[in-house]
Amino acid sequence: MKIAKQTVDHVANLARLYLSEEEKAEMTEKLNSILDYMEKLNELDTTNVEPTAHVIPIKNVFRQDEVRESLSLEETLKNAPDRDGSFFRVPRVIEE
Amino acid sequence: MNFETVIGLEVHVELFTKSKVFCGCSTEFGGEPNTHCCPVCLGMPGVLPVTNKKAVEYAIKAGLALNCEIASYSKFDRKNYFYPDLPKAYQISQYDLPIAKNGYIEIEAGGKTRRIGITRVHLEEDAGKLIHEEGKSNSLVDLNRTGVPLIEIVSEPDIRSPEEAWLYLNKLKSILQYIEVSDCKMEEGSLRCDVNISIRPEGSDIFGTKVEIKNLGSFKAVRRSLEYEERRQREVIEDGGELVQETRRWDETKGITISMRSKEQAHDYRYFPDPDLMPMVLDRDWVCEIKANLPELPDARKERYVKEFGLPAYDAGVLTSSKALSNFYEECISHYHDPKAVSNWVMVEMMGLMNEKGLEVEQIKLKPQQLAEMLRIMDKGVISGKIAKEVFRDMFETGKDPEVIVKEKGLVQISDENELEKIAQKVIDQNPKSVQDYKNGKEKALGFLVGQMMKETRGKANPQMVNEILKKMLG
Repeated sequence: MKIAKQTVDHVANLARLYLSEEEKAEMTEKLNSILDYMEKLNELDTTNVEPTAHVIPIKNVFRQDEVRESLSLEETLKNAPDRDGSFFRVPRVIEE
Repeated sequence: MNFETVIGLEVHVELFTKSKVFCGCSTEFGGEPNTHCCPVCLGMPGVLPVTNKKAVEYAIKAGLALNCEIASYSKFDRKNYFYPDLPKAYQISQYDLPIAKNGYIEIEAGGKTRRIGITRVHLEEDAGKLIHEEGKSNSLVDLNRTGVPLIEIVSEPDIRSPEEAWLYLNKLKSILQYIEVSDCKMEEGSLRCDVNISIRPEGSDIFGTKVEIKNLGSFKAVRRSLEYEERRQREVIEDGGELVQETRRWDETKGITISMRSKEQAHDYRYFPDPDLMPMVLDRDWVCEIKANLPELPDARKERYVKEFGLPAYDAGVLTSSKALSNFYEECISHYHDPKAVSNWVMVEMMGLMNEKGLEVEQIKLKPQQLAEMLRIMDKGVISGKIAKEVFRDMFETGKDPEVIVKEKGLVQISDENELEKIAQKVIDQNPKSVQDYKNGKEKALGFLVGQMMKETRGKANPQMVNEILKKMLG
């Protein structure tokens, strides 16, 4: 077992996922089987292979520095659960 | 026990491109909240970011100016964390393949040149702005700044004192302004700084427990917070206590740092390559072209002022510390033959007034040609050096031409012998005691009489002539 239950707890917490005990057990098992499967790749010798940063062989996709029209304020705030004038309003967050 | 301080700085600088780094929204500062937003910077599903070429160019430019190696292959990564100023729940940044690395800048500390290493310069996007109103149970979010290009400049832990940190920041700001990639306005948030500080017994080569300080609103705050933290850490160790690795918040009014209860795993950002953005292969020809077009940097300019104009190194350093000041100076000497005289006027009178009024070079009304013209009027003997100071203040405050001020205020120097003799006679008649003192060999009395003549003419009498005439008349 490569992944212990503590690792699942940790990752779930980072991703703000709230899992039941059964789900945690299930996730632990599934993640381990995925890693076991990936282990197969380790059988290959990749000493002289550059790490792949991207699977598509395209590079240097750039745009010019030109300003384009933004959304209207109303459109931007349309999906907001709450607003205050032109602002999004969220539960108070302040770094402790 | 003697301790050595070890400081490293992380500086974030907003690049002044017109549009954001991965979308076409405007980067303009201010503006109604949430009006510079689009589906890309709002993190809507199904959208694709496309990199702004200018932002990459500016990052390369900064890397070159900071003596870095420019990567031939670079990519973007996602830095994952949840915070309401980050609509995508990840920040597009660079993890292991930054655009530039292994550079340095040099600072003059205590008469010595110190080289401070630059670990890396990477390109990333800025987050939005959060407003926490006092006593309210909500926070407000403005996403206008989300996606504005930033470079993060990380120094090596080479800085040894709060003073050196301050010098480093000033030098860095100066370089970035010279190459015109950012306006570096700390008050508008276009330059932000976090610091790491630890102390260790002198001679040790193991790092002590480091503390990160946040909420630094000015270079002065950086210096003060480091001075405080240096002292605090020493006291903890001397009292037999143990330092904890933590983030502390600078309280500007109280002048202290306060521990921020650090969340566990706060630094587990789970970086991975951003699949939405293609890697960059930074073409050597492009990099060379950017390098060839770099303007003269502050150190080179300083050296030139010493060599070409014969200025003292200190003066040259002050004049070149900001590009705007240095440009003002250069413009002025292109209209006047004596660089040293101009340097004195700029450094003493002009910077004195700027300090007094709290103005930056960009904000003053005085034009370089006007200073040059005033110096010429002075050379011709139309006004004395003393009156020139008055004219200068007036020019500085009103932006009027020196000739106009001289004419309006009737400040033309009195160099007419007859007229000066008349005034001298009056002064002699009114001050018999001083006259007697002078005749009895009291040299000082002459100075008093000269002063009286200056008072009589409201400073307009030609000082050399006054001296000569008085001496002659007192025989």
